[in-house]
Amino acid sequence: MRVMAQMSMVMNLDKCIGCHTCSVTCKQVWTNRDGMEYVWFNNVETRPGLGYPRGYEDQEKWKGGWERTKRGRLKMRAGGRMSLLFRIFANPNLPTIDDYYEPWTYDYDMLTKAPQTKNGPVARPKSQLTGKDLDIQWSGNWDDNLGGSQETAADDPILAHMSEHVKMEFEETFMFYLPRICEHCLNPTCVSACPSGAMYKREEDGIVLVDQDACRGWRMCVSGCPYKKVYFNHKTNKAEKCTLCYPLIEQGKPTICSETCVGRLRYLGLMLYDADAVLEAASIENEHELLEAQRNVMLDPFDPAVIAAAKSEGMADDWIEAAQKSPIYKLLSEYKVALPLHPEYRTMPMVWYIPPLSPVVDVVSNTGNDGEDVRNLFAAIDKLRIPLEYLAGLFTAGDTAPVEQSLRKLAAMRSYMRDINLGNEPDESIAQAVGMTGTEIEAMYRLLAIAKYEDRYVIPKAHVEQARDLEDLACSLDGDGGPGMGGPERSDRLRSPRKPATPSGATVAGFKALKNMSDPTQPSTPGRLNLLNWDGRGGDSGLFPPAEPAGGSA
Amino acid sequence: MTVTEVLAWVAFPYIAATSFFAGHIIRFRYDKYGWTSRSSQTYENKLLAWGSPLFHYGIFGVFAGHALGLFIPREWTEAIGIDEHAYHLIAVWGGSIATAVMIAGIIILLIRRSTVGRVVRVTTTMDVVMYTLLVATVVFGTAALLKHQIFGEAFNYRGTISPWLRSLMIFQPDVTLMTGVPLAFQLHVLTAVALFLVWPYTRLVHVLSAPFGYLFRPYVVYRSRDAQRGARKTPRGWEHSYTVESDPAGSRSTDSGSMDSGSMDSGSTASGSNPSERERAGR
Repeated sequence: MRVMAQMSMVMNLDKCIGCHTCSVTCKQVWTNRDGMEYVWFNNVETRPGLGYPRGYEDQEKWKGGWERTKRGRLKMRAGGRMSLLFRIFANPNLPTIDDYYEPWTYDYDMLTKAPQTKNGPVARPKSQLTGKDLDIQWSGNWDDNLGGSQETAADDPILAHMSEHVKMEFEETFMFYLPRICEHCLNPTCVSACPSGAMYKREEDGIVLVDQDACRGWRMCVSGCPYKKVYFNHKTNKAEKCTLCYPLIEQGKPTICSETCVGRLRYLGLMLYDADAVLEAASIENEHELLEAQRNVMLDPFDPAVIAAAKSEGMADDWIEAAQKSPIYKLLSEYKVALPLHPEYRTMPMVWYIPPLSPVVDVVSNTGNDGEDVRNLFAAIDKLRIPLEYLAGLFTAGDTAPVEQSLRKLAAMRSYMRDINLGNEPDESIAQAVGMTGTEIEAMYRLLAIAKYEDRYVIPKAHVEQARDLEDLACSLDGDGGPGMGGPERSDRLRSPRKPATPSGATVAGFKALKNMSDPTQPSTPGRLNLLNWDGRGGDSGLFPPAEPAGGSA
Repeated sequence: MTVTEVLAWVAFPYIAATSFFAGHIIRFRYDKYGWTSRSSQTYENKLLAWGSPLFHYGIFGVFAGHALGLFIPREWTEAIGIDEHAYHLIAVWGGSIATAVMIAGIIILLIRRSTVGRVVRVTTTMDVVMYTLLVATVVFGTAALLKHQIFGEAFNYRGTISPWLRSLMIFQPDVTLMTGVPLAFQLHVLTAVALFLVWPYTRLVHVLSAPFGYLFRPYVVYRSRDAQRGARKTPRGWEHSYTVESDPAGSRSTDSGSMDSGSMDSGSTASGSNPSERERAGR
């Protein structure tokens, strides 16, 4: 057993309202640069729909992920190492910019500079690749809210695998949103396909990153990833991908997409897993058993044997504690309501989803029945095969049983909590019907419905003894007049009596720069307190100007 | 032995070699971020799917032929029983096939580079310089092949050009070897030397990162957050770093973890902390 920690995410799809705030804030932080216009580390897809890039789930076409050979070994769907190197000069499975969309801007100048004419001036869309006029055909969420889906949704790879009547009926039946980020897989194909070895999985928290200095732009990761979550920066000609906002995670803070999620549907926490068991689990023959196999790779953070093994690997106590408190562990392994996206790709993805019950509830309510009655809901789950099969196509390689179990638990929770809210005696049989206890249901309700910030995001900080060299590096925004202005704690640090006069490990040049720049965190008058970064505690001296001597000038 | 000849066959090659080696070292040291194949496949795929493999596989053959002709002395090939006639047949046939494949590829790539709008837009000055020298080298090399090796009386480059190159490599340059060489060969050599001169400053750096190591490493690469820390300077892409004294222990205890503090801090932390992980937020 080799215990490793994985920072993981669960998204509760029932709560996603499709507002794209996660996408927008992510873009502002990470991809608002030239060459990255078309890149969405986080995107929100309307399902049924094509997703982004168009039809990325069609692995017959894109050849992403792994496949199991007849001899039971895992092989990249695109081919082995040799064949991959032979096709390095033109990657046959690479999506082109047209599979995403041609990025564009508008000719805004026209609006202010056009001469007076009979008709108002128009800002035409201009391609950012050629500078020419562009007829916009597609974008990151062109089929948002099923827009135009009569035309396009038949190409949804999941629907394509379902029967004909489903395709006809789906639009009347259901719709939901699927926010996607990088899955930070346990068995990532992007990392495996990188010829340069520039992509890696971090030992400490399992975040998958691209070493920008080592990437040579061979593009195999882009096609290798079955989720198409590695993007090619066409200005720097290097691969970039979702970083799980590791600079935030290292400080114990949630990712930007989680932080700004309006529906508060994202959960972040550690999972402990057995790295030695990953390959075997990913190689299981029956695709329907992959979910259970991945669950079995996860380790129980309360098991003394696991704790001992984790400690022998050098894992810190606070990380083990964080793994025990992890909301992800509860949702994946205890309640078992969360499911992975496309386990059949055999990459062991670590961003899981709680399937949406709302399509079912909507149907029950729309027919005039009680959408909170457990019998109605159970019956509807049984009967509504279409959403069930579709969800199974996304989350369980087509096996409806785990989706059904998950939805039944959500339905049971809904009914059980209804009784409590109405002041009735809660019906324990509802909980038993889904193999849970009333206490468990209540705990799950708290986590899913009203969990506080610190319960949704249980993120242990990166260990400072490992991060000592961060001392040399500071935020560029902290510069003279920069928006960071030295960060929240710097004035404390500068004043700290425990520290020697010359910072240890700091570069001389950097220190000079620090001394030379006008420091906005320092009070403008010596001896006075700087109110700009006063935290409200202490500071009784220097808060007010020194008392005027009696009888001073009036 | 004129001054021009010394400049052309001694000084120029040594300058080019210095530029080639020093340029690569300096660029690797200071511009790893810019070290890439600069693929434009995402812009255009159909022409590239033919042109690029044809060109690359062709040039592998051409490279192998040059290595054989330039670095293996005639005595060695004769020692293993390949006489001059047999060698000539192998060289001409192999060279012609490889050259044809390479030229087919480079024509497709040139058409693509000059007609596909998206690709034209990202073509840099150094790309133009590189393409010019490359095409010139190929043209003169092919001319020499056609004029002298195929239709003419086979020129004995293994008695002239090859020993000249080897004399440079052992730092005992022999200019006289190059004086009687036909013009096409001379121009081919000079343009090739010029190509080596500019090599490290163009996209051709990707040749040196041919990823053979991929065949011998495990699929999934793990790397510690702590690895290689401190040995590197702040990479390009980060404007500059003002150094502040840090007290990580203090900052750990003061964090409240409340929603407000999280959202207030997040902007600066996301773009600022830990650039030594070499995963950049903004350029």
